[in-house]
Amino acid sequence: MSAKDETMIRDGDDRRLYGLAVEFDSVNALLQACASVRDAGFKKWDAYTPFPVHGLNDAMGIKHSRLPILVLMAGATGAGLGLLMQWWMNAVDYKFIISGKPFFGLPATIPITFELTILLAATSAFLGMLAFNSLPMYHHPIFASRLHKRATSDRFVICIEAEDPRFDDRKTEEFLAALGGTEIERVWRERR
Amino acid sequence: MSSTAVDPRFEHPGQRGPLVAGDNDFTTVTDTVCGIVEEPKTPRAWYVAFAAAFGLTTILMAMIAYLFMEGIGVWGLNHPVGWAYDITNFVFWVGIGHAGTLISAILFLFRQKWRTGINRFAEAMTIFAVVCAGLFPAIHVGRVWVIWYVFPVPTQNAIWPNFRSPLLWDVFAVSTYMLVSLMFWYMGMVPDLATLRDRAKTKIRQIAYGILSLGWRGSNRHWHRYEVAYLLLAALATPLVLSVHSVVSFDFAVSSLPGWHTTIFPPYFVAGAIFSGFAMVMTLIIPSRAYFGLKEIVTMRHLENMCKVILATGSMVGLAYATEFFIAWYGANDYEYFTFINRATGPYAWAYWIMVTCNVLVPQIFWFKKSRRTIWIMLIASILINVGMWFERFVIIVTSLSRDFLPSSWGYFTPTWVDILTLAGSFGLFFTLFLLFVRFLPMVAMAEVKSVMPQAQPTPEVQIGAGDYHGDIPPIEYIPKRERPPDGEKR
Repeated sequence: MSAKDETMIRDGDDRRLYGLAVEFDSVNALLQACASVRDAGFKKWDAYTPFPVHGLNDAMGIKHSRLPILVLMAGATGAGLGLLMQWWMNAVDYKFIISGKPFFGLPATIPITFELTILLAATSAFLGMLAFNSLPMYHHPIFASRLHKRATSDRFVICIEAEDPRFDDRKTEEFLAALGGTEIERVWRERR
Repeated sequence: MSSTAVDPRFEHPGQRGPLVAGDNDFTTVTDTVCGIVEEPKTPRAWYVAFAAAFGLTTILMAMIAYLFMEGIGVWGLNHPVGWAYDITNFVFWVGIGHAGTLISAILFLFRQKWRTGINRFAEAMTIFAVVCAGLFPAIHVGRVWVIWYVFPVPTQNAIWPNFRSPLLWDVFAVSTYMLVSLMFWYMGMVPDLATLRDRAKTKIRQIAYGILSLGWRGSNRHWHRYEVAYLLLAALATPLVLSVHSVVSFDFAVSSLPGWHTTIFPPYFVAGAIFSGFAMVMTLIIPSRAYFGLKEIVTMRHLENMCKVILATGSMVGLAYATEFFIAWYGANDYEYFTFINRATGPYAWAYWIMVTCNVLVPQIFWFKKSRRTIWIMLIASILINVGMWFERFVIIVTSLSRDFLPSSWGYFTPTWVDILTLAGSFGLFFTLFLLFVRFLPMVAMAEVKSVMPQAQPTPEVQIGAGDYHGDIPPIEYIPKRERPPDGEKR
């Protein structure tokens, strides 16, 4: 098995290689291949899957996300701001005089404090996920890959980037071929 | 997949067959779900349905314009019934909007994998229902041009809203719910929009779905954070969904009106909301799954599970009705006692008995397996439950208001044609949005459905430990490390 299209970089070609992609058609093959790539010491590589494959984080050696810390902080901010807002608006800046009731009572502020906690925490979970993932990103070299087209549908693709220090055109290709994928593709960056 | 003896189309207690029936794999799931949206020729039936729904929406807009020009006197409101169809419709639609988040958040936390077949659908329905709901409190105030006073924005009047009012809590609860549901729905849809983008045949579709999918590329480093975010959103949305209808019930429970002033309201309202929401999901999904060929993804087993939820929540609602009556008698408060006797035997007894029949008696049919597996029974029952739940809110609001402490101020509410057409129009708005959704967006959460298919589960040789779907963190490095090449062979 070899890369079918454009195995050689032609003279005068100003395109640069982004990486080598290999396609798998089963979760098992993908998990084993990812563990091999991880153990081979590659750093700049990724697996593209149509759904979250369980166990793949470990097979790829991905560390825990720090998103929960952000969400916790945002939730705490929401609670604090909610309480502060209600206290300042109703007990300080514009006092509501209602039947001699205290200007600020904790129980009556709980619903809005709760809602703002959830609102800020949930928004930070959504926007934080996008920000940590650098999304939206409408240009990415992997979009040039033919194999990747099916990675949002029914195939699993691993791509090792040429920028990885361990990347070697020929040896990496041999290495990928030995992983048992169905096809290997060279992924080129766009012409400049 | 074929080794299992369990028929996946039905629920078998204690046995777990695959959730997707038939001879499906990832490719066929993608083709089935995307095929609906990619169909180049819009089905004629869609146009017919859309014309009807959009016609009703136009009527809604006309009714709102008429209301704005003339004032709320065009509704049948009077003294003492100052809230009637407007708030009934609001509570009705908010209630329907509870099923989506229940299915996507609470059932997610409970690891109910069958939810993947229906969650997108239910979440979309949630958002459209909350849109309809949000309309009514906004238009029911006499002076609509100052509705923005409910938001704490600095103005030249230097007045802030009163945060001790449950009506203001409602503003925060419903708008938070709307935003969080929208984020949850959209986030879940991003990978599926990317699928549509990668399959797009025309430039317009490629650009539209390309923009909407935010450049999602299915990278596992992204999926990792995505799943963390999904879990967090589910954990946040779960108390939120319970809080929203609780806060809605405070609108009533915090007042001192007999029939409203009860502590049972928050749980009673939440159970009712889930009940009505599931009924609406069922009403919509039964024709959709048949029409769009989704019977293998949304199987009879899904419907059967939904019937069970409806039975459980319907019985809770029935228990709440009985408890209210018991407390009205046991509490020995004359006004409370009168209110409940009046509900069952007074001028609105017809509405009360419609409510009891539809909400308490009708769901009892789901004790029988045969009715949980018969489409027409489910469809009729779910429509009746929707009717019953609308009447529940009508009974709570209007009977309590129409006869309160002073017999000299009693009254009777009769809706005007504007009331009725506004209610009908809100259904038009709901169905318009819903029809646009089924035409242009993926109706089933493909990525989630694929992840619970047997093909998505690694076999035991590869996987040691519990690598269950979502949330279960398998032990680190359960894939044995390969031996490094013996000599210094570099790669």
